[in-house]
Amino acid sequence: MTNASLNTGGEAPKRSLRAQDALTKRRNAAERRFKAYGMAAIAVGLFFLAVLAVSIVRSGAPAFTRTVVEVELTVSPADIDAAESQLFKTKAYQDLFVAALDRQLTNNGVEVAFDPKAIERLLGKVGSTMREFYQANPAKVGKPVKFELAAASRVDRYLNGELTRDAIQDSRFMMKTDLDLVDVMVDTGVMKSSFNWTFITGADSGVDNPGGAGIGASVVGSFFMMLVVLVLSLPIGVAASIYLEEFAPQNRFTDLIEVNISNLAAVPSIVFGILGLAVFIQFMHLPQSAPLVGGLVLTLMTLPTIIISTRASLKAVPPSIRDAALGVGASKMQSVFHHVLPLAMPGILTGTIIGLAQALGETAPLLLIGMVGFVARGYPDGVVSGFVDPNSAMPAQIYTWAARADASFYEKAWGGIIVLLAFLLTMNIIAIILRRRFERRW
Amino acid sequence: MSYTKLTVSALALAAVSATSAAARDNVQVAGSSTVLPYASIVAELFGENTDFPTPVVESGGSSAGLKRFCEGVGENTIDVANASRAIREKEIKACADNGVTDIIQVRIGYDGIVFASQQSGPAYDAFVPSDIFNAIGATVLVDGELVDNPHQQWADFNSDLPAADIAMFIPGTKHGTREVFEDKVLLKGCEATGTMEAMMDSGMSEDDAEDACLDVRTDGASVDIDGDYTETLARIDANPNGIGVFGLAFYENNTDKLKVTTMGGVSPSTETIASGEYPVSRPLYFYIKKAHIGVIPGLKEYAQFFTADEIAGPSGPLANYGLVADPELAKTQEMIANEVTMGSDS
Repeated sequence: MTNASLNTGGEAPKRSLRAQDALTKRRNAAERRFKAYGMAAIAVGLFFLAVLAVSIVRSGAPAFTRTVVEVELTVSPADIDAAESQLFKTKAYQDLFVAALDRQLTNNGVEVAFDPKAIERLLGKVGSTMREFYQANPAKVGKPVKFELAAASRVDRYLNGELTRDAIQDSRFMMKTDLDLVDVMVDTGVMKSSFNWTFITGADSGVDNPGGAGIGASVVGSFFMMLVVLVLSLPIGVAASIYLEEFAPQNRFTDLIEVNISNLAAVPSIVFGILGLAVFIQFMHLPQSAPLVGGLVLTLMTLPTIIISTRASLKAVPPSIRDAALGVGASKMQSVFHHVLPLAMPGILTGTIIGLAQALGETAPLLLIGMVGFVARGYPDGVVSGFVDPNSAMPAQIYTWAARADASFYEKAWGGIIVLLAFLLTMNIIAIILRRRFERRW
Repeated sequence: MSYTKLTVSALALAAVSATSAAARDNVQVAGSSTVLPYASIVAELFGENTDFPTPVVESGGSSAGLKRFCEGVGENTIDVANASRAIREKEIKACADNGVTDIIQVRIGYDGIVFASQQSGPAYDAFVPSDIFNAIGATVLVDGELVDNPHQQWADFNSDLPAADIAMFIPGTKHGTREVFEDKVLLKGCEATGTMEAMMDSGMSEDDAEDACLDVRTDGASVDIDGDYTETLARIDANPNGIGVFGLAFYENNTDKLKVTTMGGVSPSTETIASGEYPVSRPLYFYIKKAHIGVIPGLKEYAQFFTADEIAGPSGPLANYGLVADPELAKTQEMIANEVTMGSDS
């Protein structure tokens, strides 16, 4: 109808409505092109995500399995006493295991010639596991016990196919002839692959013991750090933004504060590390390498993020809600806490989780407060020691492993990334569930 | 919601501040990234074999570690500094200014510095210090003239070397390794090529000439690596012509990727380094604050454990990882037992 009325005044239409004219064609083509660009952008994004995921999983998967050597041995009380009387006790236990394996291989009539040194080269550091076992189970002394202990990292890499026979140069870490023995041990079932629980539950290990390295302790360290960040930055951040958004007068001073908060969000994290070293460790004398200090430093880093997102979500609550509350006689504070804040909660949670996720992956500030390096205290004894005892954090642990000479630690670093991502995913899922519960529409 | 959170946070803070005054029960170590692997091995074993908690070992470089060491005495300062070079006079003075007067110096062994390249790269087999100097010195001697380094390929100055582009990855200035590299390779090469003499003839004082010898060309043929050896390895992986400077232990852990060159006709190994035949090696140290012994539990025991024959001796785990054992270990053990500080025995 409109078309008809438009055409009445001028010349008679020379074109059908069904045939597109040049302009319409161009506009439609532009729209199609834009859609195509959008889809291409998403496809590129997905492609990189897939590449990243595949490469992480492929490089990290070997960290979750390990080669173990299964040996049944009986340790006499005299052996234990002899081992405990030495300075280097774990070495004595290791020697017991090597001797038992040597006997077992000889008794089974292994066809390859080998010497005890070769067995030593094929084993990881197993002495500490044995010592811990016998200290925890004194009743087992003198009885046959079946041990499944880690093989050397090079054996792992050989059986994974990462290290080929040709690439191995004879050294004190591994000789070419040792591989014959490995093949025999695999064939006879003495050596087999199993899931690496140590990697999930253990703490960091020395550079010559990749088989004993685990990320568990640093997961706990990260957890306590995140606890400190959450408990401090959420109330402080929300209180600050409510005041600034709802109560503070608009003047130059509050403007200045706002500008500064925005600037703080862009400050490089290492700056907060230096601040943390100076204030928390050197001035306040808080312990070094402690998750508490790490958490405090990361709180400083996270606060601006939380304040900015909280203020944005408070702003997004329609003024009609405030006006209605004030109109029925609520005080300003009642209107904020009973009506505005609950409605802004989903947005606040989103901001908090983004801030926490950022803090979780941060390594630079931890460098300066002593959480990067060799921190292998193991698990804390309780809640308090979880905050104040030296511990590492996941990104710091990954960084440390990536810098080590033995290529097996590189795998561990990738494996650590998988665990870090899993931790992050869990945090996000919790946030999504909370957000769903709080979500309100009007 | 907000009220409960506030209460919880206040409670948590109170609980934490009440306990933070408790004494530190673990040894705190920082310093050289070359010593870090050995220190981490010892720290793990120390935790496993004694009743003391596992010490915390941080990295950061010799200079950074000694700086923190010299910050003062007290629980919030470190107890032990690892260093891949001896402490300098300047640092001893800085220590003394902050009240750190009694320092025990412990030599744990020797470390070799090796030159390695990709397995499949050009045949870099035999170098002498003057080759390295000719390749990366800022000013070199060509036909009797001092000129800015014009060499693009190794064969440009020594026809025995492959015709491959010069690409060296050397430790950055914050590393203790750089000092050894300068002293034992660049300076030696500078003297052997006659460059230093030519510099002095041109009117430079001996000190200035030495400094000029240590200048490295800045046109990209030589790259300073400030990170760890893994960074150097990654650069070598990406550049077939590249030659990197590594510690012996790092090379021995990566023999499937790297091949090593001889220096002055000697190939690096624990034997040639112990005998002194291999020219580029240096002692490794750690420094203990005597004032912390008896205050921090396990500090003296850590030092004694570190230098025990079973650990730092020729058949111990440190030697197995690549440390060249110190023949005078017994003297070091005695020194720790008697807590002999620097300067008091001379």
